[in-house]
Amino acid sequence: MSTVVADAHDAHDEHHDHKPTGIKRWIFTTNHKDIGTLYLWFSFIMFLLGGSFALMIRMELFQPGMQVIDPHFFNQMTTMHGVIMVFGAVMPAFTGLANWMVPLMIGAPDMALPRMNNWSFWILPVAFLIMLSSMFVPGGGPAFGWTFYAPLSTTYSADSTALFVFAMHIMGMSSIMGAINVIVTIMNMRAPGMTYMKMPLFVWTWFITAFLLIAVMPVLAGVVTMVLTDKFFGTSFFAAAGGGDPVLFQHLFWFFGHPEVYIMILPSFGIVSAIIPAFARKPLFGYASMVYATASIAGLSFLVWAHHMFTTGMPTVASLMFMYMTMLIAVPTGVKVFNWVSTMWRGAMTFETPMLFAIAFVILFTIGGLSGIMLAITPVDYQYHDTYFVVAHFHYVLVSGAVFSIMAAAYYWLPKWSGVMYDEGLAKLHFWCSLISVNILFFPMHFVGLAGMPRRYPDYALQFADINAIVSVGGFLFGFSQLIFLAVVLKCAMKKGEKAPAKPWEGAEGLEWTVPSPAPYHTFDTPPEVK
Amino acid sequence: MSTEHNPTKYYVPDQSIWPIIGAIALGLIAFGAGHYTIEYSKEEAGFGHYVLGAGLLVLVIMLVGWFGDQIRESRAGLYNTQLGQSYRQGMLWFIFSEVMFFLAFFGALFYARMIAVPWLGGAGNNEMTGEIIWPTFEAIWPLTTTPDGTTTEAMGWFGLPLLNTIILVISSVTLHFAHHALEVGKRGTLKTWLFITIALGLVFLFFQGYEYYHAYHDLGLTLQSGIYGNTFFLLTGFHGLHVTLGAILLIVMFGRVLAGHFDKDNQFAFMAAAWYWHFVDVVWICLFVFVYIL
Repeated sequence: MSTVVADAHDAHDEHHDHKPTGIKRWIFTTNHKDIGTLYLWFSFIMFLLGGSFALMIRMELFQPGMQVIDPHFFNQMTTMHGVIMVFGAVMPAFTGLANWMVPLMIGAPDMALPRMNNWSFWILPVAFLIMLSSMFVPGGGPAFGWTFYAPLSTTYSADSTALFVFAMHIMGMSSIMGAINVIVTIMNMRAPGMTYMKMPLFVWTWFITAFLLIAVMPVLAGVVTMVLTDKFFGTSFFAAAGGGDPVLFQHLFWFFGHPEVYIMILPSFGIVSAIIPAFARKPLFGYASMVYATASIAGLSFLVWAHHMFTTGMPTVASLMFMYMTMLIAVPTGVKVFNWVSTMWRGAMTFETPMLFAIAFVILFTIGGLSGIMLAITPVDYQYHDTYFVVAHFHYVLVSGAVFSIMAAAYYWLPKWSGVMYDEGLAKLHFWCSLISVNILFFPMHFVGLAGMPRRYPDYALQFADINAIVSVGGFLFGFSQLIFLAVVLKCAMKKGEKAPAKPWEGAEGLEWTVPSPAPYHTFDTPPEVK
Repeated sequence: MSTEHNPTKYYVPDQSIWPIIGAIALGLIAFGAGHYTIEYSKEEAGFGHYVLGAGLLVLVIMLVGWFGDQIRESRAGLYNTQLGQSYRQGMLWFIFSEVMFFLAFFGALFYARMIAVPWLGGAGNNEMTGEIIWPTFEAIWPLTTTPDGTTTEAMGWFGLPLLNTIILVISSVTLHFAHHALEVGKRGTLKTWLFITIALGLVFLFFQGYEYYHAYHDLGLTLQSGIYGNTFFLLTGFHGLHVTLGAILLIVMFGRVLAGHFDKDNQFAFMAAAWYWHFVDVVWICLFVFVYIL
């Protein structure tokens, strides 16, 4: 193998834009742009798969009564939809964006640990193959919701739980390694002059997200391990008969789970903070306050987990503490929304697709945030808990929040990635179809939720029928609208479109726009000087 | 450090086959372990353990190959100071993630002791739980009788656990001496202290194994003996696995020291293994206090 060293040596002196070709390029790659592309495509495929599972759910719920699928399969669909969207679609999309953009934004030649980067990506499809294969084990796949509450996942679960647990372990390893890579890249690979307070907000938000990931993914690993031993090896962490407590599961899970939901939104804040100034042609209002707000949201995220558990019979003092801490998060979040709106104030705005998605993000995410404040109120949550109101809330922040920001990012940086401008007409069509259908899909859920319709049931009372029919129609419209997005991306991938200049957006700022479009295979071999 | 490389230029490593082999290994391990767990719990014969074994084998091949490449490249002077810095930071963040992993199990222990068990005994507003469901249950820690009547004996802290604590603390000190010897270039002293450290680690593992035997055969303390046995075995068990990994790392380092690797300026792997060992030591001290003594 000593030849490898020699080869590596020669390879480095000879060339700089040599790209390995064929399948080997993608399998063995250590290039941050290749790995970013892999992450983004993987996430898109998972998004479509998880979305098709959601359509199964909406198909069943179109009418009351049992229609298309049996309840056990329905439960598998809700579980797999959640797991795939959280761990397969949103998180890898952000990691893909970080891979592509963080080195470009800080003037680094690549990620700090390029080989580990390859490993963190390729174990992800492996994990999802195992996760999906669990649906074919006798007894059926995981059917306990993506939150896999004990005792549903222990006493009452199918054999496939073992595969669920080990697949989760691999996903966790992938996230931890990815996060270590991002955080080390940011700490160690910034170009000279790129001080912390000059970093683009996307880099800042990912820096904090990476910290959250490293802190909480191991807790998830711990809790899935306890589920495994409880189910298969006779422990009783979550069984009262052995001195444990099912509520302990919820504490451990949500200690991971709440920071996890911020893991899925903080990078969005970074994306939107890049796009709004670019199209408002004004510098971001309150850069420093954005950084501090992000950090305080992350800090508070460790102290609010039990707001998911108000109905478990916690002592009132604890409930009140978690309620107040949760409400406190509205302050830094409000700072952010205020800053975005102030950035647009009197800006010379234009409304290209990235900007449309970013503005939709600000408005719809705020709706999701406000319903979050309603849910944070302990006594009121006794009514909302486990209803469609909760479903509406987290889909507003995750779909019209996180997913919209990912789409905004994709449109914003597609010219940089592919070298061609995307089809603006199709993109606008995609935006308007998505915007309208996402609201038909999720807004009425608030009403059925307040009226008492519980989540995760394949059937419901007749009084909820008309709204559920509307919601299902919205679901299918939203799902099929995403095929327009696929078409836009494929056109770019096939280089069909106007050639993009290095900086296609007039008001855009940052080092990524100083390199040509498409970005060369190797960029910033020698670090740029940042003034 | 190589002089032929421009220090202002970053080192970007070339393609490598090892990550994808590692991905295959993890896939086989997870798939095999999942199926083996199912087969084990149903006492059925199956293919799980073969897949798991194959996965572990591929993993070992990958680790040897990948670390081998790293060592060769490092010896060839391809790495610059900045990459060394990235490795160090990466290792520290990895150790931080390990801390959080143990925190999950310590969290379970604290919750069980401070909240779950007292509540089962009727503390707070849970009086009826005790009265109606398990009237004879007594909330004590260590929980030697569970609500459903499983009994066990508690593991004392005096004797073997105390001895093991002393052994592990001393091993951290001897490793520090070894590291110091490396810094000042005393290779002989380095080898001696490193050897002593590894020996202490292995003695610790032997005693830990003996303690498990004692627990199962004399005390009736098993993985199935309720929350006390659960937290005891998962905490000490995961710690034991970490000591095992740490000992393997140190043995590899010993081999590299014998081969003449490492000096004052080029010692990342040694340092990382040492950090890991100290971390494992700190976890043990927390374990000794919270699992054994209190």
